Amino acid sequence: MAKITLSNLAHSYTTNPVSDQDFALKTLNHEWDDGAAYALLGPSGCGKSTLLNIISGLLTPSQGRILFDDQDVTNYDTATRNIAQVFQFPVVYDTMTVAENLSFPLKNRKLPADYVNQRVRDIAEMIGIESLLNHRARGLTADTQQKISLGRGMVREDVNAILFDEPLTVIDPQMKWQLRSQLKALHSQLGHTMIYVTHDQTEALTFADKVVVMSDGEVVQIGTPQELFEKPAHTFVGYFIGSPGMNILPADIVGNTAMICGQKVPLDASYRALNGELALGIRPEFITLTNNPDDLPVTVLSIEDIGRHKIIRTDFFGNELNIVSAQDHDIQEDMKFVTFDRRRINIYENDWLVTP
Amino acid sequence: MKKTVNQKAWFMVLPVLLLVAFSAVIPLMTVVNYSVQDTFGNNEFFWVGLEWFEEIIQSERMHDALIRQILFSSIILIIEIPLGIFIALHMPKKNSLWTSLCLVLIALPLLIPWNVVGTIWQIFSRIDIGLLGYSLDAIGVDYNYTQNAVDAWITIIIMDVWHWTSLVVLLCYAGLQSIPDAYYQAAKIDQASRWNTFRYIELPKMKGVLLIAILLRFMDSFMIYTEPFVVTGGGPGNATTFLSIDLVKMAIGQFDLGPAAAFSLIYFLVILLISWVFYTAMIHTDEENQS
Repeated sequence: MAKITLSNLAHSYTTNPVSDQDFALKTLNHEWDDGAAYALLGPSGCGKSTLLNIISGLLTPSQGRILFDDQDVTNYDTATRNIAQVFQFPVVYDTMTVAENLSFPLKNRKLPADYVNQRVRDIAEMIGIESLLNHRARGLTADTQQKISLGRGMVREDVNAILFDEPLTVIDPQMKWQLRSQLKALHSQLGHTMIYVTHDQTEALTFADKVVVMSDGEVVQIGTPQELFEKPAHTFVGYFIGSPGMNILPADIVGNTAMICGQKVPLDASYRALNGELALGIRPEFITLTNNPDDLPVTVLSIEDIGRHKIIRTDFFGNELNIVSAQDHDIQEDMKFVTFDRRRINIYENDWLVTP
Repeated sequence: MKKTVNQKAWFMVLPVLLLVAFSAVIPLMTVVNYSVQDTFGNNEFFWVGLEWFEEIIQSERMHDALIRQILFSSIILIIEIPLGIFIALHMPKKNSLWTSLCLVLIALPLLIPWNVVGTIWQIFSRIDIGLLGYSLDAIGVDYNYTQNAVDAWITIIIMDVWHWTSLVVLLCYAGLQSIPDAYYQAAKIDQASRWNTFRYIELPKMKGVLLIAILLRFMDSFMIYTEPFVVTGGGPGNATTFLSIDLVKMAIGQFDLGPAAAFSLIYFLVILLISWVFYTAMIHTDEENQS
């Protein structure tokens, strides 16, 4: 187990990167704490798998260094780094039995047979495939094959980190929840540093202590699920996390007032003079639909009742504005106004959060 | 749901039946016809039953040719299959200009007509003007494929390996290309040795194409005619007279149509039988793995 430090790291798949666009991963400095569970969250193609492969050593970065506990491992291969990785699609050795699959990483490292057998039994029990140990891996369902892959990733005790590259993509939704909580339990049991790549926010937020949000080759925010929800550092985080995402409205900020389409919105605090493109961000959960003419006027477009709450889609001077209201909130014809919870308003300058 | 039964549907397969009848069954039947009759010329035939078959099955000539044929096919399979896998494993994996160049170079022998291949090697191996034969003699190797049976065999085997290993390479390469990167990455992470990566990832994934490669190479080598005919003409003596060369000698050289027809049918059945055995054996091991 080790603390992983990324120093000035960047990667490009082209041989002679010139502009920022050529980089799949833009310059990055970050420390992954020993024993923590991280999620790397971002849309497809944002560079999260690239980052993962660089950490595991399957890919050599174009620039920068990777340190495991202050030891430079940038030029070490995967085996030397002692990393386990689980891939998006199940990778099993077809001709081997399940038990042979699980013991393969241990046998290759020439560990004593007694230990290997014990370890294989333990892991099989943890992921619930004891009954299949002597079964051939070929012909098993994708679910089970992915469980074998997960098991192979966790069978070694001395790994520096376990990396998961969207490991639950092929699993049934119901099984997903089960496996995810198993992974979480295993994390607290084993105490390995775990990095979990996903584009599914629920998966990221439930699995990780800290979520690293990436967009377009850049890390835009690292924080706890709560921080990502309440104080998104970037408008991208705002609308990527949450369902529906944060409402972003173009605004002018003067002191403690925001002007949106000619409407005054009072703010909780005073801001310094801001330049560039300014916007006001507010989560749909913190907007209330009212019938008070003193509030901000909107046009209600539709109301979606999704069971535990209602999503109200409205138009606010040409901007889309979504509201999440409680299931028991009674919506009337004359409710054509909204009020913002001013403590929950975030202000963005050129897409980045500014503090008062 | 009740299925409708309409026997008229059989008429739908009639065109295929006609086509197969004219292209395969009727020509084959003329051979069958010859195999049970004898003639003293004048286009007069009379019935001899299975006499020709008995004669051929007991003839030492056929036995020797069959043994040579089996030996030849075994040797080239033993060389070409591992060599083909080996070369395929060492081909560049990523798609690049270099890959295309390699593929074209590899495929080149397959594009050369068979009698031209024979001619190339016939001239190449001649000790008076051939680069190979002359060079070997010049450095003191006693090599002469026209007089020494072993030399003739070596020449023909090297020629076949040169000509057909490419096919095995291309098939195996295609098989290898279909393995997702994640498998290799997993192998690296599991610290699998090169041999284990081959044994547990590459070989199982190549199984399907290898089955095809072995079958094709077996059938082709078992029916080989043109190349050895051009290079050695079956000699020296009968040393490289394989089944098809012997058959042509019998049918066209000696014009023994009856025995030659019986020979053909036995030849055909032997190929069918061995191919079936190969195929079932390989499919069977595959199924065993699945259970």
